Amino acid sequence: MLIVKNLKAKIGDKQILNGIDIKVNAGEVHAIMGPNGSGKSTLASVLAGREEYEVTEGTVDFSGKNLLELEPNIRACEGIFLAFQYPVEIPGVSTVNFMKTALNKIREYRGLSSLDAVAFLQLMKEKMKLVEIDQSLLSRSLNEGFSGGEKKRNEIFQLAMLEPKLAILDETDSGLDIDALRIVANGVNKLRTKNNATILVTHYQRLLEYIVPDFVHVLYKGKIVKSGGKELALELEAKGYDWIKGDLALAE
Amino acid sequence: MSTATLNKTVEEKMALAFDQLSGQKNSNREEAFRDFQKLGLPGNKSEEYRYTPITRALEKNFNFEQQSFAKSTITSVEEFLIPQLESNIIVFINGIYSKEFSRIISPDTEIKISDLQSSLENKEALPYFDKYPKTSTDPFVALNSALWQNGIFIQVPAQTKVVKPVLILHVNDAKSSSLVSHTRLLLVLGESSEFTLIEKSISIGENPIFHTFSEEIIIKENASFDYVKIQNDEGKLHQVANTLINQSSVSKLNTFTLTLDGALIRNNFNIVIDGENCESHFYGLYLLKGNTVADNHTVVDHLKPNSFSNELYKGVMDNNAKGVFNGKIFVRPHAQKTNAFQSNRNILLTDTATINTKPQLEIWADDVKCSHGCTTGQLDEEAVFYLRSRGIPLDEAKAMLLYAFAFETLAAIKNEVLKKYLDGLISKRLNK
Ligand SMILES: Nc1ncnc2c1ncn2[C@@H]1O[C@H](COP(=O)(O)OP(=O)(O)OP(=O)(O)O)[C@@H](O)[C@H]1O
Ligand SMILES: [Mg+2]
Repeated sequence: MLIVKNLKAKIGDKQILNGIDIKVNAGEVHAIMGPNGSGKSTLASVLAGREEYEVTEGTVDFSGKNLLELEPNIRACEGIFLAFQYPVEIPGVSTVNFMKTALNKIREYRGLSSLDAVAFLQLMKEKMKLVEIDQSLLSRSLNEGFSGGEKKRNEIFQLAMLEPKLAILDETDSGLDIDALRIVANGVNKLRTKNNATILVTHYQRLLEYIVPDFVHVLYKGKIVKSGGKELALELEAKGYDWIKGDLALAE
Repeated sequence: MSTATLNKTVEEKMALAFDQLSGQKNSNREEAFRDFQKLGLPGNKSEEYRYTPITRALEKNFNFEQQSFAKSTITSVEEFLIPQLESNIIVFINGIYSKEFSRIISPDTEIKISDLQSSLENKEALPYFDKYPKTSTDPFVALNSALWQNGIFIQVPAQTKVVKPVLILHVNDAKSSSLVSHTRLLLVLGESSEFTLIEKSISIGENPIFHTFSEEIIIKENASFDYVKIQNDEGKLHQVANTLINQSSVSKLNTFTLTLDGALIRNNFNIVIDGENCESHFYGLYLLKGNTVADNHTVVDHLKPNSFSNELYKGVMDNNAKGVFNGKIFVRPHAQKTNAFQSNRNILLTDTATINTKPQLEIWADDVKCSHGCTTGQLDEEAVFYLRSRGIPLDEAKAMLLYAFAFETLAAIKNEVLKKYLDGLISKRLNK
């Protein structure tokens, strides 16, 4: 589904991604871990199409299309979804209206008819239940004054509404209380099918107990320096990143 | 045009125009014109017109030697009305009241509408007329007082609610030649009355138009007035609108000024709160594009204690458009316990768009709550990306954010049909 080859990206003069290779198939869950500032969010942003980052080398193929050529909204229509590490607050735009516009854009792109108000509300109710989010939150301005956890939950609600092929969750677990973590993880699990895939960016093994990954990658200084199965996350938890940094220093 | 006239200044040309008034001249007009001559048109150094190159625009585009009585060819005003809004309609065409197109549907027990000149002659309007505009301080107020062609006198009797609003249309038809027009309104709201006024200017044709409009509005005790001004001219309109509102105790005032188009628009908006326990909300929204210059100069003058005023003006400037906001709040020594707030927020969409904003707070009373603030910024790129990442195209994402920014200024509009219309104008502009 997603094939990233030798992806390099910079912002201004600062090189952040230094040749990333990753391949995600339908049905898989990949976890990306790595120390602060290693480039995880940058990778997620480049995949979602943020224009501040300049791709200097490499290719990204998404279901046979050259992803890097597509506008961010077309990427969303093609099935990419990024749950932001820091969702922005947008005063004056309610989540309900915003989701209705977004969903209908994506449906239009996929050749489906627009949902009318009734059908939309019904779908919304169903998805609200799935991620246990309160209606009152959704009728407020988008993320405005939301607590950290509420913002994350709103991201997962949007994920549930838009049903992407590839969901990239950037530290969605950070800032969630224990119950919320379980609810969010449950939501993600229920949305999994053999046709979609998930990339989880996380610092914590705990999320991976709920959403079990098929692969774990370690990103360090803009490169994937180690990949493995779910046991790699446990090993990182036990040993910390110095272990990997040490290995790399030896190899150099 | 002879070579002699080419060398004349605009002021000299206007003097010739004033001489031609002959029959209509009276001491009021003569005094006003003397004031105009003393003040002259604002030069480069003029404090009040510093950012608004109106004198240059007038020099370049107009020949003022004669009052223009240009004929209009329009056959209907239907397309200029507000759809589905039941309202009284007062139409000025090229500065002249049009009996043909005006339509009064409210009973005359609710509202009295008459020709201003006749009402001055029979002395009915005299107690109110020219009491408030200070011809000695602003050249365009003076010019309008000297040269106004036609005017309307509206009276709302005490204890009366005017159910249907009044819509004033200023139609300026410059299809065949450039046009200069000056119109006038005198409005008196009796004690405990309620009234809504909507005002819209319409420009036709490609030739330049210069229109001045002065309105004096007197709100007596416990009356309530809603006022909406719509400036959405696709033509080459140069407009100076002088609004002077005087509020008595316990009166309520809501205003909304929407500026979308025109060549050069200057709104002189003066509110005198000459009573206690008044409540006033002033909203303004300017969404500018092309080379439009729009300048909102507002003055809120608290003379008496215990009143509340809140002013919110917002602007979005695209292309080479230029916005100017100047908001003065005066709180006079007697006006203790005044609450007065002001805010001006701007978004610039291009590097060539500009805004000059200047809040001015002058407080002589010591027990008051006042604040002002102004901000200027760009559209939040993070927010744009967030919306795009959910499938919304760039233009629509921008429009959505700008609409969210602008919408707040519609807060005081109670009439749902009117609100929907304004909302539509705003959306249309933002989704261009
Ligand atoms: N807009 C930017 N301007 C300058 N530097 C940037 C920008 N965005 C990211 N960086 C830098 O790129 C590096 C990688 O940042 P990124 O946010 O991708 O890290 P991360 O792996 O997601 O970290 P964390 O675990 O803290 O979220 C950091 O050093 C960061 O400061
Ligand atoms: Mg990050």
